[in-house]
Amino acid sequence: MRKEFILKLSQKIKELSQELDREIKIMHLCGTHEDTISKYNLRSILPENIRLISGPGCPVCIIPDVDLQKVFHLIERANVVLTTFGDMARVPFDGKSLFYYSSKGHDVKIVYSVFDAVEIAKESDKPVVHFGIGFETTMPSTAAAILDEVENFHVYSAHRYFLPAMDFLLSLGETRIEGFINPGHVSTIVGSDAYEPIFEKYGIPQVIAGFEPEDVMLAVYMLVKAIIEDRPGVYNEYTRAVKAEGNVKAKEAMNAVFGVEDWEWRGFGVVPASGAPIREKFQDHDALKVFESVFEDFIPKEDVRKRACRCGDVLRGLIMPDDCPLFMKGCTPKDPVGPCMVSFEGTCNVWAKYGGY
Amino acid sequence: MCLAIPGRVEEIDYPFALVSFGGAKKKIRIDLLDSVEVGEYILAHAGLAIQKVSEEEVMEINRLWKQILEE
Repeated sequence: MRKEFILKLSQKIKELSQELDREIKIMHLCGTHEDTISKYNLRSILPENIRLISGPGCPVCIIPDVDLQKVFHLIERANVVLTTFGDMARVPFDGKSLFYYSSKGHDVKIVYSVFDAVEIAKESDKPVVHFGIGFETTMPSTAAAILDEVENFHVYSAHRYFLPAMDFLLSLGETRIEGFINPGHVSTIVGSDAYEPIFEKYGIPQVIAGFEPEDVMLAVYMLVKAIIEDRPGVYNEYTRAVKAEGNVKAKEAMNAVFGVEDWEWRGFGVVPASGAPIREKFQDHDALKVFESVFEDFIPKEDVRKRACRCGDVLRGLIMPDDCPLFMKGCTPKDPVGPCMVSFEGTCNVWAKYGGY
Repeated sequence: MCLAIPGRVEEIDYPFALVSFGGAKKKIRIDLLDSVEVGEYILAHAGLAIQKVSEEEVMEINRLWKQILEE
């Protein structure tokens, strides 16, 4: 059934594509979608005039070096337990990573969830700082952890809202994107209605999709159909996990804890209304406030090794990984230069894993 | 990172539940969902249940897929 369905969709997309007078670019917005596309080699069963490109859907990748440097700055100077997810601990800056600090005796702990960090805080004599990363999918868990008000649990928030980045990317107008495959689990939280303002502003069709190869192929089919029949809109293919209103309780928790600021993204510069700082009400849990004095002498530096890294261009959908001069030469999953090669959701890492480039 | 997987709720110790993911059991926080009962399925991401999933909804996608096949 699965193979039959996928090939049938491939056939239908090919038939539809003959009605197109141009090459169209469809951007997916989730590293897990890139994983599905590469793992099942879906690009090979799509017609040549339909190109699937990847966007900024990797929360580890889009965090700019300044956040990483600040976290390094903190653990060098304050006696804390630093918790984070495994992907983040491997991102290098100037030859160092959180794993490097761990090897040098600093207390860095990899956690599966923020709630594990809370448990560590309950047992620890030292303050625990969780390096909180992720889009709306992950932010409610951090919010719930902060709302527990565990005394020595703090968060360095590098959380970012995803939808403003879609808006920002389209406002740049540098790539003609004709359809979006929207991220399934960000959508589980924000709901399908949340994309309507972006649709109204730019008129580009969007399909919220799940992560099976059938889901992705169906999303491409729905997008191509919407383009040809001139019926753009926000469509939801992932109805089994995404409601129109999203997860209201999760959104409430997120809004209670996090504010909104203009924050930098790797490869994008400052994206308006995309940053999620911890609200003043919870400043006892905000690592930036609690350790304010530690950051007083912080000065950001440049990582010269990253000068040739084009992770930012990959995140903006301007190039594919093999267009980068470092890809699989100076930059490999074993010795990555930029985060796109580190994270399991980074397009470079996914391509390196599955090959076929 | 944004991966979420469905699992079956086995035991509840609010705000956490023991959830089985194809046999592997993990403690998952469930209090950002309206109500969760033993035997129901949830979608978990990084230790948090982010949505309930029902068998009917899973069936619904199969219907949608079937409908396209027959178009």
